[in-house]
Amino acid sequence: MKNVVGIINDTDIKQKLKDLTRARSTAAVPFGGRYRIIDFVLSNMANSGIKNIGILTQSNNRSLLDHVDSGKEWDLLSKRDGLFILPPIFRYDQFTGNLGDVDHYYNHMDYLNRSRQEYILISNSNIIYNMDYREIETFYHKKRADVVMVYKNVSETYKTNHRVLSLLLDNNERVRDMADARDKALSPAAALEIAFMKKNLFMQLIDDCIARGYRDFTKDGLIKNLDRCKIFAYEHKGHAAKIDSIKTYFRHSMDLLKPEVWKDVFLSHGNISTKVKDEPPAKYQESAQVSNSLMANGCHIAGTVENSLLSRGVVIHAGAVVRNSIVMQKGQIHEGAVVENAILDKDVVITSGKQIIGDAEYPMVVEKQAVI
Amino acid sequence: MKKHEVIAMLLAGGQGSRLGILTRKLAKPAVPFGGKYRIIDFPLSNCANSGIYTVGVLTQYQPLILNSYIGIGSHWDLDKKNAGVTVLPPYVRHDGGHWYLGTANAVYQNIEFVDQYDPEYILVLSGDHIYKMDYSKMVDFHKEKEADVTIAVIEVPWEETHRFGIMNTEKDNRIVEFEEKPLEAKNNLASMGVYVFDWQKLRNALIEDDLDSGSDHDFGKNVIPKMLDEGRKVFAYPFKHYWKDVGTIESLWQANMDLIDDSPELDLYERDWKIYSVNPNQPVQYIGAEASVKKSLVNEGCQVYGSVERSILFPGVVVGKGSIIRDSVIMSDVTIGENVVIERSIIGEECTVEDRCRIGQPGKGQEGITVLGENVVASKEKSIPAGVEINIDNCHEFGCCPNGIHNREVGE
Repeated sequence: MKNVVGIINDTDIKQKLKDLTRARSTAAVPFGGRYRIIDFVLSNMANSGIKNIGILTQSNNRSLLDHVDSGKEWDLLSKRDGLFILPPIFRYDQFTGNLGDVDHYYNHMDYLNRSRQEYILISNSNIIYNMDYREIETFYHKKRADVVMVYKNVSETYKTNHRVLSLLLDNNERVRDMADARDKALSPAAALEIAFMKKNLFMQLIDDCIARGYRDFTKDGLIKNLDRCKIFAYEHKGHAAKIDSIKTYFRHSMDLLKPEVWKDVFLSHGNISTKVKDEPPAKYQESAQVSNSLMANGCHIAGTVENSLLSRGVVIHAGAVVRNSIVMQKGQIHEGAVVENAILDKDVVITSGKQIIGDAEYPMVVEKQAVI
Repeated sequence: MKKHEVIAMLLAGGQGSRLGILTRKLAKPAVPFGGKYRIIDFPLSNCANSGIYTVGVLTQYQPLILNSYIGIGSHWDLDKKNAGVTVLPPYVRHDGGHWYLGTANAVYQNIEFVDQYDPEYILVLSGDHIYKMDYSKMVDFHKEKEADVTIAVIEVPWEETHRFGIMNTEKDNRIVEFEEKPLEAKNNLASMGVYVFDWQKLRNALIEDDLDSGSDHDFGKNVIPKMLDEGRKVFAYPFKHYWKDVGTIESLWQANMDLIDDSPELDLYERDWKIYSVNPNQPVQYIGAEASVKKSLVNEGCQVYGSVERSILFPGVVVGKGSIIRDSVIMSDVTIGENVVIERSIIGEECTVEDRCRIGQPGKGQEGITVLGENVVASKEKSIPAGVEINIDNCHEFGCCPNGIHNREVGE
């Protein structure tokens, strides 16, 4: 997919991720023990052969910039093309009102203009999946489409009270209607917020939105053009998880404990790359009791860990118990402490004998660097 | 080229023949270690952590894996504008050329490489040892003593002195005598194979050594004893931490096992002295609901459904349900089926051990570490006795590789 420019849109900070997005953008939220959420989309693009990728960022982007660095881990450090950071641009005449994604795209038209690629793949930053985007390109040509979107058929169990962009398809997989609604989904086809089209068409749609004062690319650029553009939708059959709240973050993290999900997300098409930390292998002591858990390198386990996800460099002292929880990088759980149904952000220390117990349906979140 | 005060020359051409089938296709410095590393990661990381960014790596035996592993050195932070790693194999000159004849000859043949940097000091390292050492302190010691040569030494048990090159020293650490593998040692300070030389003095010594047809062109056997005879200032730099020569199957296995202690002498978790390595980029490891992992090191990409005790798992290893791995080292991408028992073994990369196999079964007077070379397939219910080494040359004797890896190689 050398002829495709990839755009990752990380301008929408998911407020429902609460403490997890206080100091970082959605894309930079740690996920799956050693990853950040953006690693999935970014690796999918790189593994599919996209060589030119731009990331639209929000203002709280230090964590994200530190993580993606030069793009070397995704093989995106090259003389021609590579990884581009597209920061928010503040203009005095735009200070009133919120900027929509259309404004962010518009502000970086120069980047798109200068890219030599003919096609564009745009994606939101908050979806966890492993996909070969070349399938989308093939589908696009087969259908002679103007735009291809990607969807996942969601079952009952995955219905949430969050907004879902649902698609109504005809027999030919053409999108006939589209709605961003809370409960009233048009169909089980939930869009994964990816769109593939000619770069010129995308730029024209953005121009049209700007000319009319429209702010939202999906609603104004796509939904209003359903008749004029042939928009088709391609089904992603593998696992896909949208992270937009503490609840979905917790549930989709725990889903990784199912070996079939773990294999699908991490190994099905290409490796998911991430920033390298040079941690030694995880170490288990004689007293370690670990079951049904995911452990990152650099962990040091002397206590009990059940149904949990431990990030790099976590230390579980003898006599400590961690159950149904997520412990992020360098967390320390001391002797006799109990952590249950909790999400501990980076560098959290739980001292001896303390109990951090949340509800199975609503985990307790402990903010970064807290000492309890 | 900008002048460099110190550059390192890392001797990585050794075959390590006592490691048997493990070094059949790769040089000893490329042998995997500790669930993640190759032996050469230790000297390379030590160089980077000591602030020595110019390293010549002298390769000769089976260099393919080693060369591609080192690349441009970026994994060890050694890709710098005016410094970095250079792999130096023997080469042909206008008047011919030949293999590296010995450790000293290897450096001699690269005098031009060293001269480019015009260094004051040269650090000569070996790619065979596991240890963490700040070479900059040793260089400081060398300067302070105004030495011509400084040799890092470590105390070894008196009963093992006959296996080492022993340094006899005066009380200010000046070396008065060097004895190679003495039967009755006067001292227990063994050379670690780490030397600091004044470059100009070594340069002259190497040229002299090259002209000496009776010499084996070896630092320990020829160059250093001669410098001692000439009354040069040769000092011993005492090193008090973990250092292990992993020259044999037994010592390689033991050095791996040293890591699983609750507080091992070699601390891989020290934040300020990380050991760098090429990262396999695999997902977090999964420990299954019925699994048990104790006193072990497990790397990324592993899936453990069975029981792992006192063992080391490299990336991408799968341990099936009901299987027991004990006192063993399992290298990358090994697949172990269900109800397998593996004891005191080293299993090479990409081996397959099918259901109900027994590997390394003690008894029948056989002991020692069992070794499966890379790509061996132990088919269902095979029993492999303790102490044997199986690779694709002899696997048929043990009924392994039913589909014939042998044939595949010939076919290619």
